[in-house]
Amino acid sequence: MKTLPMYTLGIDVGSTTSKCVILKDGKELVGKALVDAGTGTHGPEEVLAALFENAAVDRSQIRYSVATGYGRQAEGIANSDMSELSCHAKGAQYLLKGVKTVIDIGGQDIKVLGIDNGMLVSFQMNDKCAAGTGRFLELMAKVLRVSVEELSDMGMKSKKPAQISSTCTVFAESEVISQLSKGTSVNDIAAGVHRSVASKVTGLAHRVGLLEPVLMTGGVSKNRDVVRAIEEQMKCKIQTSELSQYAGAIGAAIYAYQKAKKLDA
Amino acid sequence: MIGKVVSNIMAETTETKAAETAAPAKPKKKASPAAEKLKAIVQKSYEDAWDAKKRGELVGWSTSKFPCEIYAAFGLNVVYPENLAAAVAAQHDGERMCSIAEDLGYDADLCAYERINLALAHGYETTASKHFPQPDFVLCCNNGCNCFTKWYETVARLRNVPIVMLDVPYHNQTGASQAQVEYMKAQFWDCIHQLEEITGKKFDEKKFEEACAVANENSRLWHKVCDYCQYEPSPLSGFDLFNHMADMITCRCRPEVGEAFKELIAEYDENIKNGESTLPFKENYRIMLEGIPCWPHLKNLFKPLKENGINVTAVVYAPAFGFEYSNMDEMCQVYCKTAGAVCIEEGTNWREELCRDNKVDGILVHYNRSCKAWSGYMPEMQRRWQKELGVPVAAFDGDQADPRNFNMANYETRAQGLVEAMAERRAAKEEA
Repeated sequence: MKTLPMYTLGIDVGSTTSKCVILKDGKELVGKALVDAGTGTHGPEEVLAALFENAAVDRSQIRYSVATGYGRQAEGIANSDMSELSCHAKGAQYLLKGVKTVIDIGGQDIKVLGIDNGMLVSFQMNDKCAAGTGRFLELMAKVLRVSVEELSDMGMKSKKPAQISSTCTVFAESEVISQLSKGTSVNDIAAGVHRSVASKVTGLAHRVGLLEPVLMTGGVSKNRDVVRAIEEQMKCKIQTSELSQYAGAIGAAIYAYQKAKKLDA
Repeated sequence: MIGKVVSNIMAETTETKAAETAAPAKPKKKASPAAEKLKAIVQKSYEDAWDAKKRGELVGWSTSKFPCEIYAAFGLNVVYPENLAAAVAAQHDGERMCSIAEDLGYDADLCAYERINLALAHGYETTASKHFPQPDFVLCCNNGCNCFTKWYETVARLRNVPIVMLDVPYHNQTGASQAQVEYMKAQFWDCIHQLEEITGKKFDEKKFEEACAVANENSRLWHKVCDYCQYEPSPLSGFDLFNHMADMITCRCRPEVGEAFKELIAEYDENIKNGESTLPFKENYRIMLEGIPCWPHLKNLFKPLKENGINVTAVVYAPAFGFEYSNMDEMCQVYCKTAGAVCIEEGTNWREELCRDNKVDGILVHYNRSCKAWSGYMPEMQRRWQKELGVPVAAFDGDQADPRNFNMANYETRAQGLVEAMAERRAAKEEA
């Protein structure tokens, strides 16, 4: 007799975005959604609404759901929650088999995860400092009067990246303004900003212990120049995926599947 | 519509969630008469200091690891700023006192214990229930850290009182060298001569030997207390050690401390016999907590530990206040071996032994903003522990006494990550 498929849902409520996915039998991705609203907003409700608007699966078919991210413990959001550390590690393994190091740059967090034999074995996160995060890039884009999405192409066109401090977001903003008044090109400044992000990440990665293959997740992975800058500083290949931003939600959905199987056993 | 989406998912699995999350009965901490006695001894030391002051006798302030045997030989009353600062922080007056010190011009980067104490030395009162008198002399041994040196010099200058300084060099090899031991011994005599001048009394060698005997016995018993964490499950909550160690810091030369430890040991033996513990929940995981606790945030610190059945069965900080020796050279050696004075190899091995003996499943490291010397080499130690012990390690930012340096959301994420890593490891071992 053919077993009915089991659908599980993973929702990742971050500081700036909410993402969710549906997996079939813990393997096949059958629905996903993302909204630019995170914890403390209507983001979770909106992303779930967007998901079921387009998914081939009805909400009544969801067997179990897991939430992750800073907003994971919001009332009624899922059956249970898990840390974004575990969920990103799990999701990264889904996106890249055999991955050993995961770099996730989100809205306010940078995390580097070490994975061995399919298990999360070490991790480091930035603490009390948004330098190098998505928020940092948003602020720099604002100063340069461009959108965050434009930064990638600008950096790729740079001939001579500007020197930008990686220590403090506010001081880095002052440096960008100073560079602009000196006549430095916006492309070179963008490249300098990206190298500043890369140096912050590289420091964390070496604290975890860098092993290849390396996968980058989170929204900032869409910025090709940041990826290139990290590769240059870490001297290794950084892989990305079209689904990089969904890594946490995918991991949450996989954990939801594992929990559901245990409950049904 | 949007609300319905969320509630529909929840409605289907309400049954599941109810089954999974039926609220357990609120756990109760087992009463411990010995623990109450230990608290009372520390409280008495504060009262004794006030009584001494009223009688016109000298009262000193001391760093936590100054050899108490030396001042005990003079029958002096001495109190401990670090112990008071911890109480101030735990009773939520740390931020105010730190802010007072900062407004006076002291750097916010200074150790929060120091900032609190400097505010006190300037004459500001704390709202905490504990108080002690201003000093007539200060005793500084910098085996804890170099911060003490300037801290105590500043207090001495502020209060216009003499400072008795015992300098313990940081040693970049395992164990202090004979040259360092000789340096320490020579300084012991300097301290004694200085105290003779300060008190107008002669050094009483018999009293010194008695003090050494009591301190040694108390240390032996203290180490025995700490070793009970090796039992699986442990008959005590490791967090209790952070409270009981106050007696070893402030009253190491008082015989009643040893008597109370003997009673505590008897309680633990009874717990082992009955399958009980002072841990108010079932022990599910065992961890080492590295660093001084975040005193202003103890409840927050404890929350994910309680939720996940985590017992702190290994701490290097607590047993480090036991100093056992059988001669003067050994005495100097043990006073050199503190978390702040040993090289990274010795520090790493010290913790690794503790983790093995106390059978930990994981390690939680407090990057203590107040103690940069201690926290500075933690990332490297973490890497070594992970490699040598093969257990997951998580770290969080915090502060021993300044509540502004702790973020609950950050801490919860890391603590949860540690729990999940320990759970995965356990599941993998069980499958293998």
